[in-house]
Amino acid sequence: MTSSPTEIERIWREESRRVLATLIRLLGDFDRAEEALNDAFLAAAEHWPRQGIPANPRAWLVSAGRFKAIDKMRRRAKLAAITAELSLPDEEAEMAPEAELIADDQLRLIFVCCHPELPPDAQVALTLRETCGLTTEEIAAAFLTKPATIAQRIVRAKNRIRELDLRYEVPEAAELLPRLDAVLRTIYLIFSEGYSASHGASAIRADLCSEAIRLVRLLRELLRQEEPEVEGLLALMLLQHARQAARTDNEGNIVLIADQDRSRWNGTEIAEGVGLVERMMSRSPLTAYVIEAAIAAAHATAPSGEATDWDEIVHLYDLLRRADPSPVVALNRAVAVAMRDGPEAGLFEIEHLLESGVLASFRYAHAARADLLRRLGRTEEARSAYVAALALTQQAAERRFIEGRLRELSAFLH
Amino acid sequence: MRYICLVHFDVAATFAGMSETQRVQLDTDSLAYDEELAASGNLVVAEALQPPEEAVLVRVRDGRMSTTDGPFVETKEQLAGFILIEARDLNDAIRIAAGIPLAKHGTIEVRAMYEIPRHDQQPD
Repeated sequence: MTSSPTEIERIWREESRRVLATLIRLLGDFDRAEEALNDAFLAAAEHWPRQGIPANPRAWLVSAGRFKAIDKMRRRAKLAAITAELSLPDEEAEMAPEAELIADDQLRLIFVCCHPELPPDAQVALTLRETCGLTTEEIAAAFLTKPATIAQRIVRAKNRIRELDLRYEVPEAAELLPRLDAVLRTIYLIFSEGYSASHGASAIRADLCSEAIRLVRLLRELLRQEEPEVEGLLALMLLQHARQAARTDNEGNIVLIADQDRSRWNGTEIAEGVGLVERMMSRSPLTAYVIEAAIAAAHATAPSGEATDWDEIVHLYDLLRRADPSPVVALNRAVAVAMRDGPEAGLFEIEHLLESGVLASFRYAHAARADLLRRLGRTEEARSAYVAALALTQQAAERRFIEGRLRELSAFLH
Repeated sequence: MRYICLVHFDVAATFAGMSETQRVQLDTDSLAYDEELAASGNLVVAEALQPPEEAVLVRVRDGRMSTTDGPFVETKEQLAGFILIEARDLNDAIRIAAGIPLAKHGTIEVRAMYEIPRHDQQPD
């Protein structure tokens, strides 16, 4: 096979993260591995055009990277001092790494990036850079932050990994589920950040959704057993992502689910998500992501807003409350109750929640209350609830939506 | 992407605390690191600078050029050199900066390049 620069670029895209994951294990250090990865590709650019692409480019790159790293370490320090510290690879280890080992290296990388000892924002940045291959600048653009902020987050996280000597390994069976939970939470954080980006926002933000879906698919492929939470999260993200195109109009204004043009929903994603939900809902016990996905599926398969099966959705929220007894889940259930039994019933539940104080600074609680008051014709109260929601809202599209509602109410009053 | 690593350090204090052998070693290490960066394809250009006392400061005001002697500011850490690099992203640039031998004695300021936008319309 001949190798052109584009061919090497393709191999970079396909293999660089896997090669990096293995080099981190072999060299025991992120930065050393990154340097070795660069050197390996540099060597490839030099050798491959003359010698052709090797049969197993990944193994070639791992081997070249490790060789270069050891060579550098030897030159940088005195040989005698370094050989003691560094476990030099034996000849056998030079052989092409097994496919299974490579898969484990990628899993190790995901688990260490999402280690519970690291702060959540650091987990997100590290995962996007090391596992997905985004640059620091791209991550900063996606999170509307300065590159220097993200860069330091990553530096601190790597220092912490070193200081705590976090083990670069796939957790054992007993530890797997809680650790997997942290990984899924990070992936869902990445997804939500992209999902909340309004129409017209930088494409890189919307790309976060695709990255998150790609990550959970990778995780699913790497884990050798089926985990309902992984299936559930994939289904949930697919079903939400399916509605992305219809969530805003051409001006970037929010379109509520009841008013969305359902023909613009992505049928392929809905079919895959619903298939996963159907398979997982027969398992016991039901886990949170599976139930959330089932709720999303109930919306996705309804022919219209009015024809939505609200009874089923309230029932699913009851199940979800058992798996995840958070006030936000209770709020969502109250909204579903309002749809099933009328605004009065939902309002009763929301006011009860707001009185308990936990949701007082949650903008959606005030917005939901405002909407129900509006539907009940209690205009003055609706107005002040919208004002409370607006005071808590930063996002431009959400602000426009609330301001629009306030204008409608003023017109109604005058 | 291109980044510049500006090497600041307190020349007098650093060298005062060093033996001749250590100074020679620092020079050797610095040159070796430049070569390493050249070999890894990261190096664009690396230069060390004469001390700021030997600098000349140039200004043009109202069409008139004037010059004054350096140093411009009295700080202990001075700009002593720079390495212009090609790196994958800011964290890659930080990794490279951390490898500069003088990072152990001074401070490396990493700055991304800014591309001056070309404005098609000239102001009247």
